[in-house]
Amino acid sequence: MDIHDDEEEWDQLNRSNWRGLGLTDPIRSVEDKWLLLPAFLKVKGLVKQHIDSFNYFVNVDIKNIVKANNKITSDVDPRFWLKFTDINVGFPDRNEVEAVDKRVTPHECRLRDITYSAPIMVTIQYVRGKNVIQRNVNIGRIPIMLRSSKCVLTGRSEAELARMKECPLDPGGYFVVKGTEKVILVQEQLSKNRIIVETDPVKGVVQASCTSSTHGGLKSKTYVATKKGRIYLRHNSIHEDVPIAIALKALGVQSDKEILLLTAGNTESYKAAFSANLEDAAKLGVFTRHQALEYIGSRVKINRRVMGPRRPAWEEALEALATIVLAHVPVSGLDFRAKAIFVATMTRRVLMAMDDEKMVDDRDYVGNKRLELAGQLLALLFEDLFKTYNANLKSAIDKVLKKPSRTNEFDAFTTMQFQGDHLTAGFVRAISTGNWSLKRFKMERAGVTHVLSRLSFISALGMMTRISSQFEKTRKVSGPRALQPSQWGMLCPSDTPEGEACGLVKNLALMTHITTDVEEGPIVRLAFMLGVEDITLATGTEIYGPHTFVVNVNGTIIGLTRYPARFVAQFRKLRRARRISEFVSIYINHHHRAVHIASDGGRICRPLVIVEHGRPRITSEHISYLKKGKATFDDFLRKGLVEYLDVNEENDAYIALYEADIVPTTTHLEIEPFTLLGAVAGLIPYPHHNQSPRNTYQCAMGKQAIGAIGYNQLNRIDTLLYLSVYPQQPMVKTKTIELVGYDRLPAGQNATLAVMSYSGYDIEDALILNKASLDRGYGRCQVLRKNATLIRKYPNGTFDRLADAPQDETGQTAKKYDIIQPDGLAGVGERVDPGDVYVNKQSPTNATDNTFTGQAASVPYKNTPMTYKSPVAGNIDKVMISDTENDQTLIKVLIRQTRRPELGDKFSSRHGQKGVCGLIVNQEDMPFNDQGINPDTIMNPHGFPSRMTVGKMIELLAGKAGTLCGKLQYGTAFGGSKVEDMSRILIENGFSYGGKDMLTSGITGEPMEAYVYFGPIYYQKLKHMVMDKMHARARGPRATLTRQPTEGRSREGGLRLGEMERDCLIGYGATQLLLERLMISSDKFEVNACQECGLMGYNGWCTYCKSSKKMAQLTIPYAAKLLFQELMAMNVVPRLILADA
Amino acid sequence: MSQPEFDARQLVGVKAERVTNISSTDYPGHYPNEDHAWSLSKFTTNLKVQVKRLSNRSIDFDIVGVDASIANAFRRIMIAEVPTVAIEHVYIFNNTSIIQDEVLAHRLGLVPLNVDPAPIEPRLSAGDATDRNTIVFKVNIKCERKADAPKDATEPEDLYINHEFLSRHLIWEPAGEQGLMFADNPPAPTNLNIVLAKLRPGQEIEMDLHAVKGVGKDHAKFSPVATASYRILPHIKILKSIPPQLAEKFQRCFAPGVIRVNPVSKEVSVDPVGVRNDTVSREVLRHPEFEGYVELSRVRNWFLFNVESEGPYVPERILPEAIMVMKSKIAQIRAGVEALISGPGDGDVVMKNI
Repeated sequence: MDIHDDEEEWDQLNRSNWRGLGLTDPIRSVEDKWLLLPAFLKVKGLVKQHIDSFNYFVNVDIKNIVKANNKITSDVDPRFWLKFTDINVGFPDRNEVEAVDKRVTPHECRLRDITYSAPIMVTIQYVRGKNVIQRNVNIGRIPIMLRSSKCVLTGRSEAELARMKECPLDPGGYFVVKGTEKVILVQEQLSKNRIIVETDPVKGVVQASCTSSTHGGLKSKTYVATKKGRIYLRHNSIHEDVPIAIALKALGVQSDKEILLLTAGNTESYKAAFSANLEDAAKLGVFTRHQALEYIGSRVKINRRVMGPRRPAWEEALEALATIVLAHVPVSGLDFRAKAIFVATMTRRVLMAMDDEKMVDDRDYVGNKRLELAGQLLALLFEDLFKTYNANLKSAIDKVLKKPSRTNEFDAFTTMQFQGDHLTAGFVRAISTGNWSLKRFKMERAGVTHVLSRLSFISALGMMTRISSQFEKTRKVSGPRALQPSQWGMLCPSDTPEGEACGLVKNLALMTHITTDVEEGPIVRLAFMLGVEDITLATGTEIYGPHTFVVNVNGTIIGLTRYPARFVAQFRKLRRARRISEFVSIYINHHHRAVHIASDGGRICRPLVIVEHGRPRITSEHISYLKKGKATFDDFLRKGLVEYLDVNEENDAYIALYEADIVPTTTHLEIEPFTLLGAVAGLIPYPHHNQSPRNTYQCAMGKQAIGAIGYNQLNRIDTLLYLSVYPQQPMVKTKTIELVGYDRLPAGQNATLAVMSYSGYDIEDALILNKASLDRGYGRCQVLRKNATLIRKYPNGTFDRLADAPQDETGQTAKKYDIIQPDGLAGVGERVDPGDVYVNKQSPTNATDNTFTGQAASVPYKNTPMTYKSPVAGNIDKVMISDTENDQTLIKVLIRQTRRPELGDKFSSRHGQKGVCGLIVNQEDMPFNDQGINPDTIMNPHGFPSRMTVGKMIELLAGKAGTLCGKLQYGTAFGGSKVEDMSRILIENGFSYGGKDMLTSGITGEPMEAYVYFGPIYYQKLKHMVMDKMHARARGPRATLTRQPTEGRSREGGLRLGEMERDCLIGYGATQLLLERLMISSDKFEVNACQECGLMGYNGWCTYCKSSKKMAQLTIPYAAKLLFQELMAMNVVPRLILADA
Repeated sequence: MSQPEFDARQLVGVKAERVTNISSTDYPGHYPNEDHAWSLSKFTTNLKVQVKRLSNRSIDFDIVGVDASIANAFRRIMIAEVPTVAIEHVYIFNNTSIIQDEVLAHRLGLVPLNVDPAPIEPRLSAGDATDRNTIVFKVNIKCERKADAPKDATEPEDLYINHEFLSRHLIWEPAGEQGLMFADNPPAPTNLNIVLAKLRPGQEIEMDLHAVKGVGKDHAKFSPVATASYRILPHIKILKSIPPQLAEKFQRCFAPGVIRVNPVSKEVSVDPVGVRNDTVSREVLRHPEFEGYVELSRVRNWFLFNVESEGPYVPERILPEAIMVMKSKIAQIRAGVEALISGPGDGDVVMKNI
């Protein structure tokens, strides 16, 4: 870092009157300001939020958790204690005792179906005999996030990564658990420890609520709400709503005058609204604190595990108020002042909202949200597991200590060795199932983790930036789904799914960062140092005085200031000087007359350029430093040129989009407008010219595009892998494409497109493809499917085995064993036809018989081969033999199909314009232009008017210009190559300015009457291919229970003639057809029915009447017969009364 | 010298947003109330075929005086029906490169081979390979480290032997009479430097390749041309003289060499030779100041062909080959028609392979 040395040079640049330029000079734009973006991504990467969060957990938080639960004592022996003094998470290693090389790579874990995890080492001190011993113990293993600080991949060069069979473009941020890649999605929640005021206009209720959450503590929600004009305090642990005056009295504010001052202040309208509450308390006969405590105490839910002596009610109330109600507000000793003021503030907010309904808070405002990341979730999980571990350890120790006489000295270390893998198993279970059920924290969440989608590079990347909401999908409110103005720059406005999760699942924008916790103590001290007066010393008059502002730190009120603007400015100055963390935010809320300082984790923030005196602090010279690699993003932060703003602080800033928009009051400047889009929406060229839903559609489709998924794609064995044979980088790129690496792992090809009608097989968005293009490899893709099996050893000593191909008497092997080699496995590269065996496995017939004791080798075997089922032949791509963590032999066979596009395969451009191939046309039949160029694809022009994807038209123009001048063009959002420049290039190269060419019909040979829009468009092949979908059946399997045809393609099922189709046939009167479809071709069944009793018999014999006299045979659906029998089983007698037909 | 005058009916109008008069009449060259009876002598005097440019791999020639249907038929036949020889069956014994077998086979198929297809017979099924219908190539290539590679070398060509599998590594294996048949022109790829696969030490490829005769409509690899296409001759008519101050701008609206501007008088005229190079960008129609000054069109029966040969044929041989194919197709139809006329009357005549 040379930069530190030339401090002076920087200072020169920062001078306000630089190079004699005054403040009134026109502002020149900072060239290549966007270069800050790659610099930002270089430090943070695309999935920095996951990795930062995990790093924080593994390096900081885990130690705090252990510190909070660090001592184990014994109920039996009072002299014994065990203390955890330190905890460290190691690096991932091989969890096998006999292993010589302990190093392990994530890729090996993926292939071998094992967990990429590291040991957790604790340092313990404990009593052994009369001594205190210190030792290091391994208490379990924790899955490690890829590319986190504990991962072997971090900081490796591309060559080293290649040696570890890892892709350098892979973002990391996920776990490998039992061989599958698991992501813990970002969870969106309402922020904790903040007051939120809401109204219910129907019921006329105003309520202020606050969810308290402290470290390691319980979560509880406290409400201050109106009920029939009165205000009450409501909490889960109190049976009944407590009148607010009583609650405040219980918190030590005894005098009515003080209560009134703390809540209503000196505002007359608030006083009037509140006074009734004071009356209420008096009516209930509560005047003193003791009376108030007694009142509450008799209503507290007592929930005590240890049955001690019954405490008086006021003590119960005191404890509840101190520890359960608003648990995040500290109560030291029995000083309830801070909590009383907090409750009073909540009350005042209710009064304000009652007076003016605009004073309610917006739940959907991004500033009121917090994002929960992998680190936080793992911390909770670890705390739960660790507490259980401690409890188990304690009871195990007690068990040993209880024994009256021991032969050898008790050593807690040996007990620890026998504690099993509670932590390891807990982590693996939680991550692999996604169920976070922590009874201790009243947490019951399913679907926290997801399998990382490796359909394409973009789908994996898109998954890492995804945010899922806790909000229920079924509720019919539009608020949480709507696009919030405060999402600007933080969450991508385009990337959200369609349908039920629309607007609830969001994606991060390119430059967002999610904060982790920053220690609160120093910030509070700093605030006091800057002149904040302690809140506990203030009375209501002062708090709500005309010039005072309340100072909050993370939702708790700490003090007052009379000079909020100065205080905030000084605080910011200190932050820009890096005296406090850059992620601490401070802002003034004028409505609440409060200054809020936030240092908690989970806030969304983004960097912005600081503007001072009407000019951005960054100059072109700074950027040139960046270009030369002499400065990093961190230098910009440290020099106070750039800072992070969270959503709340953004409200305090005046942000200019471009330099030209800077006015004297401007405080910040956007780094680059296109960063408001996410990584997936960033792939769209010219998105600002498209109708917005089209961009949303493309965001969904980009994830289904077949392309390259990673540099290690051919080393991977995934369940299903789609690869493109000849992927190309798009002719029209965006800056985002380069930043995320889509140009190196593309998913599509630059097809020459003609926008014209051809043949009628192009209606409804169908595409026409050129056969010669397909012959030459356009749209060719590979589908690789994993087939795995275990060669198991059974508990009774028997085991599976592989066998070579069986021979019949003549020494011939059956055709289906053709590719089996002597080791019982198919040869690599062999073609597998449908029905072929590729793993000739045999299993013992008595594998489940646990009484078996004989020779394992002598048992009879049955064939349990793996047979190829797809209707289309494939090739063996890879065969892997390995063993899993519990020593079972694992065989994975990867089977590959190479497919060329066919009728019905789905394609899409990058503008939400999807279509299936409707016709494949010979090259000579295709139209051609004067150069003799044929289109690869013909698209119907009707796709344009209603979709309004002007971006696609400009992409074509830019792509055509790019091919002509031999350059890649840019279609970056809110920028990119200009249409005028593109047209000029076209004109210079002898083309029409509009991109339309004169084509000649390949069929008639005559010129076409219209000019045709003609040029390259980037086309993606989507994973939906007819080969995987087409299905028909004549005869086939039936379900055993109903004897009706099975359902679904995978079971070779029938096509259902459903209710509505049935209605049509009834309406038409086609009774015979109906009979045939619903019975004869389905489940017809002959039954014998007795006309005497109406019950069914068999073989012409009625078992009820004991007679064969009146038996009749009739044909009914088997399902009907089944229904009769089931009814009979339920004591309902259905009788068949027959009439002549 | 000025541009030749064309009959207005011969011109396809090029307007700003559309093309007019694109079709000839139902009987091309015939117009109502005029005598255009076909005569061989008239046809031969009108028909002009002229080679304009010839290089190793491509040819530009003009065909004047035929209808679009005839010119287009030649174009279509050149692309799709002139036979060539290409690799069709690949027998892989070993392939440890990272290119999958099918993909490698596909790439091999697309390699243009320099094999005269004339003496080769079409192969009917994969089984019956003979020296008459199949050309066999062998590939046996293995990548190894260079023992004497310099320590600091990073480039694959310095480090490894055979780091690329190129088309030059296809070794022809003469079978039967083939040694004699192809003695003076041994079969090989036309381009020896096509990269088919990249190799690294330890990887090897061993396979047999069977090349057979086929046509472009079956698979693009059998097409003898990279492309064969035509455009019709541009024609520019200046209606009234261009104001001198706009002369240069007018000139820039066309491809270089199309419009001549007299350096002194700034008089604008169309270069009768250069006009064929105009790209018909319609740029001149975009500028309102030139409205009414110029009329763009193209000559309906003047075809400027461009054929790029990629296969065994020298470029000038492709059109004659196409004509041969066309003649044989006509012969078949003629035979069919004759059979229909002289036949029993109601019977259908079966023709094969048109």
